[in-house]
Amino acid sequence: MNISNSEYGELTKKRSPDSKMYKTLPKAFFIGGIICTLGEGLINLYGYLGMDEESAAAVTSITLIFLSALFTGVELYDRIAQHGGAGTLVPITGFANAVVSPAIDFKSEGYVLGLGAKMFVIAGPVIVYGLSASVVYGIIYYIVSLVAG
Amino acid sequence: MDYCSGKTFKYAHASVESFAAVVGKAENEGPYGGEFDEVIEDNKGGCDTWEQAEAMFQRKAVGHVLKKSELTPDKIDLVFAGDLLNQCVSSSYGLKEYYMPFLGIYGACSTFAEGLLLAGAMVNAGYAERCIAVTSSHFSSAERQFRFPLNYGGVRPPTSQWTATASGAVLVSDTGRPPFIRAATVGKIEDMGINDLNNMGAAMAGAAYDTLSRHMKHMEAEPQDYDLIVTGDLGLVGSQLLCDLFGRDGVDIEKLHKDCGLMLFDRSTQDVHSGGSGCGCSASVMCGHFLKRIESGELKRVLFCATGALMSTTMIQQGGTIPGIAHAVELTSY
Repeated sequence: MNISNSEYGELTKKRSPDSKMYKTLPKAFFIGGIICTLGEGLINLYGYLGMDEESAAAVTSITLIFLSALFTGVELYDRIAQHGGAGTLVPITGFANAVVSPAIDFKSEGYVLGLGAKMFVIAGPVIVYGLSASVVYGIIYYIVSLVAG
Repeated sequence: MDYCSGKTFKYAHASVESFAAVVGKAENEGPYGGEFDEVIEDNKGGCDTWEQAEAMFQRKAVGHVLKKSELTPDKIDLVFAGDLLNQCVSSSYGLKEYYMPFLGIYGACSTFAEGLLLAGAMVNAGYAERCIAVTSSHFSSAERQFRFPLNYGGVRPPTSQWTATASGAVLVSDTGRPPFIRAATVGKIEDMGINDLNNMGAAMAGAAYDTLSRHMKHMEAEPQDYDLIVTGDLGLVGSQLLCDLFGRDGVDIEKLHKDCGLMLFDRSTQDVHSGGSGCGCSASVMCGHFLKRIESGELKRVLFCATGALMSTTMIQQGGTIPGIAHAVELTSY
């Protein structure tokens, strides 16, 4: 080739369009916002129905996870996510989608080696490093509280 | 090391006897909808899994060429088949019931040109009287293998391409009628240092430039000598890069250049970002659209160059880059 890889890399950068942030950021904000508003609405609703705050928060999470799984199952979640971006990825619904979608997809390889084994193929790293980070945080917290008395 | 220019094979006794394309619903809703031999409305086509569905696409495409030539599978000397899935299962499972001598090939999305040039070579050399070349790809089986589960809500960047759900097959023999396979150039592996899984066009454009340049040099032809230069699935980004690379040599191919990835889908209404891709993309556009026009003489000389990104998720995760490859086949009506 008569072009070096670095020169070609520059050319590629020039020709590769970036995401249109002026469109994607507001969309992520609004769709993510709607999901979170729904969560707030649910907490209030459960509170109104007589639950204490802690239970209402837990039941709200469960409801959102259920809705996300349902929307993933009926092939709607990924369509919304094409517009929602981080707005659908960051809330707990994104995590549910990351677990449910491989479960559906890999069911064709059987319940054990397919669904069971592949269910956490996307969410697995989040769990591993999320737990690890919480352990590290716990140790730091313990030391700090010892020092601070 | 000196630059290896390779060889361009010239054929005198190879024609495409019949050709057929089988596509999915979205492909038929593209700009060239209605030109395909069969449309499978439900992308699973009644099969249990996506992989079985892709195998069925390939089986049907071969069924169509056999029917068009009024032949039974026992009259076929050799079939070259390939797809994108591990172990090329769409080919082996799709074609096993035909009991034809089978050679599985892999060149990622360049496989259709690879099959066409091999089938042409076998017929031209006289080893085989009738050869079939067939390839397929399926959006859902490819997503599962290379990217994310289908219903995962990840966002695809603007440079990404949409794997075509399609299959195309040709039957090559020495009929003495167009479309003639006149010449072919085997591509070299060109690694342009691209490591972005979502920018296959950029990974392949260099290979297309190299193969096309060598082919035209060996044929002592200029781009203007062709009615069209058709690339496989460079998409928007790759097509622009290909024109840029030729532009550096002072050669303008923009007006002659068509890309099957940009033709199969309508980018403005179908959410395919940079365009279509997959072994079924160029196969279906060639078999559904171009070969008909070469056969009728509407197009007289076409240089077809299918492009492949030899991508492995394992190698990418290990820090590797994506090598590209492209094979060229020259088709004429005279």
